[in-house]
Amino acid sequence: MKGRRSSSDSSSSSKTKKPQYSKFTQQELSACKPILTPGYVIGIFIIVGVIFIPVGIISLFASENVVEIVDRYDEGCIPPNYSDDMLAYIQNSDTNKTCTRSLKATKLMKSPVYIYYQLDNFYQNHRRYVKSRNDKQLWSKKHEDETKNCAPEATSNGLSIVPCGLIAWSLFNDSYGFSIKNKMVKVSKKNIAWESDKKHKFGSDVYPKNFQNGVLIGGGKLNSSIPLSKQEALIVWMRTAALPTFRKLYGRIESDIQANDSVTVIIENNYNTYSFGGKKKLVLSTTTWIGGKNDFLGIAYITVGGLCLFLAISFILVYVVMPRPLGDPAFLSWNRHPAGHQI
Amino acid sequence: MAGNRRKKHHFSRIHAFSCGKTSFKGDHSLIGGPGFSRVVHCNDPESFEASVLNYSGNYVRTTKYTLATFFPKALFEQFRRVANVYFLICAILSFTPLSPYSAVSNVLPLVVVIGATMGKEVLEDWRRKKQDIEVNNRKVKVHCGEGAFDYTKWRDLKVGDVVKVEKDEFFPADLILLSSSYEEAICYVETTNLDGETNLKLKQALDATSNMHEDSNFQNFKAIIRCEDPNANLYTFVGSLELEEQQYPLTPQQLLLRDSKLRNTDCIYGAVIFTGRDTKVFQNSTGPPSKRSKVERRMDKIIYFLFGILVLMSFIGSIFFGIATREDLQDGKMKRWYLRPDDTTAYYDPKRAAVAAVLHFLTALMLYGYLIPISLYVSIEIVKILQSIFINQDLHMYYEETDKPARARTSNLNEELGQVDTILSDKTGTLTCNSMEFIKCSIAGTSYGRGVTEVERAMARRKGSPLEEEVTEEQEDKASIKGFNFEDERIMNGSWDNEPHADVIQKFLRLLATCHTALPEVDEENGKISYEAESPDEAAFVIAARELGFEFYERTQTSISVHELDPVTGTKVERSYSLLNVLEFSSSRKRMSVIVRSEEGTLLLLSKGADSVMFERLAENGREFEEQTKEHINEYADAGLRTLILAYRELDEKEYIQFNEEFTEAKNSVSADREELAEEIAEKIEKNLILLGATAVEDKLQNGVPECIDKLAQAGIKLWVLTGDKMETAINIGFACSLLRQGMRQVIISSETPESKTLEKSEDKSAAAAALKASVLHQLIRGKELLDSSNESLGPLALIIDGKSLTYALEDDVKDLFLELAIGCASVICCRSSPKQKALVTRLVKTKTSSTTLAIGDGANDVGMLQEADIGVGISGVEGMQAVMSSDIAIAQFRFLERLLLVHGHWCYRRISSMVCFTLKMLIDKLG
Repeated sequence: MKGRRSSSDSSSSSKTKKPQYSKFTQQELSACKPILTPGYVIGIFIIVGVIFIPVGIISLFASENVVEIVDRYDEGCIPPNYSDDMLAYIQNSDTNKTCTRSLKATKLMKSPVYIYYQLDNFYQNHRRYVKSRNDKQLWSKKHEDETKNCAPEATSNGLSIVPCGLIAWSLFNDSYGFSIKNKMVKVSKKNIAWESDKKHKFGSDVYPKNFQNGVLIGGGKLNSSIPLSKQEALIVWMRTAALPTFRKLYGRIESDIQANDSVTVIIENNYNTYSFGGKKKLVLSTTTWIGGKNDFLGIAYITVGGLCLFLAISFILVYVVMPRPLGDPAFLSWNRHPAGHQI
Repeated sequence: MAGNRRKKHHFSRIHAFSCGKTSFKGDHSLIGGPGFSRVVHCNDPESFEASVLNYSGNYVRTTKYTLATFFPKALFEQFRRVANVYFLICAILSFTPLSPYSAVSNVLPLVVVIGATMGKEVLEDWRRKKQDIEVNNRKVKVHCGEGAFDYTKWRDLKVGDVVKVEKDEFFPADLILLSSSYEEAICYVETTNLDGETNLKLKQALDATSNMHEDSNFQNFKAIIRCEDPNANLYTFVGSLELEEQQYPLTPQQLLLRDSKLRNTDCIYGAVIFTGRDTKVFQNSTGPPSKRSKVERRMDKIIYFLFGILVLMSFIGSIFFGIATREDLQDGKMKRWYLRPDDTTAYYDPKRAAVAAVLHFLTALMLYGYLIPISLYVSIEIVKILQSIFINQDLHMYYEETDKPARARTSNLNEELGQVDTILSDKTGTLTCNSMEFIKCSIAGTSYGRGVTEVERAMARRKGSPLEEEVTEEQEDKASIKGFNFEDERIMNGSWDNEPHADVIQKFLRLLATCHTALPEVDEENGKISYEAESPDEAAFVIAARELGFEFYERTQTSISVHELDPVTGTKVERSYSLLNVLEFSSSRKRMSVIVRSEEGTLLLLSKGADSVMFERLAENGREFEEQTKEHINEYADAGLRTLILAYRELDEKEYIQFNEEFTEAKNSVSADREELAEEIAEKIEKNLILLGATAVEDKLQNGVPECIDKLAQAGIKLWVLTGDKMETAINIGFACSLLRQGMRQVIISSETPESKTLEKSEDKSAAAAALKASVLHQLIRGKELLDSSNESLGPLALIIDGKSLTYALEDDVKDLFLELAIGCASVICCRSSPKQKALVTRLVKTKTSSTTLAIGDGANDVGMLQEADIGVGISGVEGMQAVMSSDIAIAQFRFLERLLLVHGHWCYRRISSMVCFTLKMLIDKLG
């Protein structure tokens, strides 16, 4: 007993509980903590304002320079005798779906002129729709029979569909032909899909099989001799849009369109948007460094910049009218309401 | 050997009142009945009767979990958090097709969160486990038959074992004292671990067992103890011992509690009666109430709000989903044909759109789950652990003298430290160090001692006195002797001989050296003498006497020996006084006396006591210095000192013999009012005293207390002092620690006025109470008027209230008024308050003002207050561990509170709140 105690005594005398010194535990690491003095705050706001407003103006100009022609054709392409029952027209395979529209270029459209189709009220982001595909099947021939998640468009007559699922099944199948001054214009449909999609998601050895030969035919058909990686329209379609109104790239016109040129478009109006009340639009647009026509970025920059300048000016005014020293203890809560407490 | 000699002392003489015979009192008739059913077969734990009883062993477990209960218990704790339940439901649902994303991404975060918190639990529990193992494997000598004692582990002790505990060892279980190495079978016990009191307590065994001083005596010892069932009451015990067909009553006087320590006694023999969890200490230990910080509670509200938003979003979303789904198929016509509503599952079935909507609701709950920040809990936990490390490791809060760093015992209150509004502080041991210093004295009408008290220094500082600097420097130069801060060349080093009234000074010092109950302890290496005293005051007197040349060095059975400086020869001579009686100190008597016979043969009654009782006991011819002494006492009191009056009287032989007979008879009587009887007789002889002088000891403030209080006041933190001391002392200390200032107007609410005293004496107790209450109410209203009318120029108010008034002020109909007044005052001091009142005041402030309260204290009497307050800070000082064990944060010195609150509290609050805000901002970003 005695021996044990003495040994513990000696160990406790050599081992003190004094904390080890280190800059970290003593919280003495060098640190920089800016104090937001009026000068700093006003300065930062002014700088932000001064930078943002020009950026916004430039963006707006760039957006203004984009030439864009938008033509809604879903209603216009219905023959007058079907205007009461558009659904019957579109679902009838015997009706003539060809429709001619004439567009006018207001300004010179430099090549390349991009052709988009714009759908409206089409929920590509619906949970059922988004999941209805099988990426394994799309990528490799080995997994041709892999149709998980694809129901109800997984199999047809007991054979698995390639590409399976609702997305592929509802492929957009309107087509456009362009002519200017009665001269056909060449539309390039190559290189409209993401390079990564072509190389890593859609296999070059996967060919369409049993596609669109069920009872219910959804959208477009596919040429079963072309591998999926080359079916760029499908690849574009299968990159689903996040919002119900979306544009998808159809192709490119590789020549300029002169101002006041009249562009004649021959549309094969096949795709059914009539049952859910969606609109179809054809869009021709040029691009600049900012992309397509979009005023939002410019307006956002100008708004934020303007707000900052406004704040800077009002802070300056407040500072001039009611100045106060930094860190005035008189503003502490217990000093503002002296309730019996005095220092 | 000092110990051997002491073995023969008749200590019963020193403790005249506390020792004596015991008798069967009322409670003992309960033995054997319900609640008093325990039967212990001493020295025979293996017998059949004993094994039938099957009392639990002495193994103790303080851990929260065992290996078997860990998972269910810890998991249950985890899922008491609403957020965790939500995540659990999500995790389960994620295995169904309802889930919008894979199960792994849903389960993983939950596992990480719960795993991390449970890991922390394991770590904390492991530390407790290690401590348990250490305690359970301690060894004690146990009687193993044939009169031989052998070492056994504590865990293997059984009820009924006879153990032998040696000096400075802890008792392994609750024991009944059978005998000790002293003749009278007494022993000294230190109960610091139990109640925080540092003084030694005296225990005495029954006469029937007291003669067994050798191991071999126990060879054939058999006894049966019947006693109460295990309970938490430390100060009561009822039982009986059956020895050789004879019944003897057992009282707390024979009970030795686990975790107290044997002191000043070579060894004791005891019978184990309560083991393990049955011991009074373990019955007393309750888990601390779980406290949560305001930030955490606010965060919970935010989470509830977010959860509400989540449900609302999901609900609205599923309604729209239901409508859209139903419309997808009408009269066999598909609307959104690309979704194939004609061929679908239950989740999207237009024909059963309501079901689809409900299922969608569940999916949406998971989908929008980002709204509930699961990571926030983990991050906060990690940040708080880091902050605790910062607090534990802070060198500025490390106290070199006791080798104690600060310890954050719970990490979840860190940020609350920055929100403290009111501090409720104990006085003794917290603001003061609970060490007394002899600093001044008045002898024969002359005041000696040039020491400067903390109060005087504080006063000087306030007046801007330039003296202050010199004074402190001088202080540091001196080699300090604990308990002695006296300096006056007129009487130091024997020069008192040249003073007028040298004979009075000699008597005064002699009285200091003899009139006490302290025990000397001679250090064998350097011959220095230290003293073991019951109170720090007493130690200060003996030390003062030693330093002034009257060194008390030995106490034998009948004598006190002192090295005295002989004024004639200038050498030290040994003088011994035969000690005849000790009339002990008690709070009602407020004085103590000894009767000694000097070497010359004169009988002396030496007495010291409070001025209120001593002046009236002076003889006509003993009042020579009364006026000057009274004057000095008032001066001392103003300087914040505690004073005692010293007086003596010569007895003639006849008077003493008569007294001794009566006193011995009273002492040995068996009646219940034995003590009153003895007091009465003592009262008769303590009269006609001759005044010698007065002493003044300083209740020393801890280092840096006034500065710390000043800083806290500047930060707008209010300090209330709740103390058990009397009003004068409390006010003195208030001035000393700059809580009270000269310019303050004091509102004193007291029930100690002459009128209330007469009220109390009246017969009708309820009428008296009502009148007292009315008087307190009246005083409170007057104080409130003063507060309302006060303007800045009159200076702030200070409220001082005593315990009795507090009883009335805390009653339901008055407490709002009391609180209003108290909040309006700059300083509040509650004196003479009981531990319960401390807790009540704390609760009142906490609930009524809804501000954060911090209680700080060091003793067992502060535990209630510490647990009641939002934050309890324990001072890990001299007074035991009780306060520290029930505190949230332990620091070694009061002054560390400044850094704890103003630095750590501030930073913790800022950091935690910015982290919460940032995490919530990230959430919104994620949603966007």
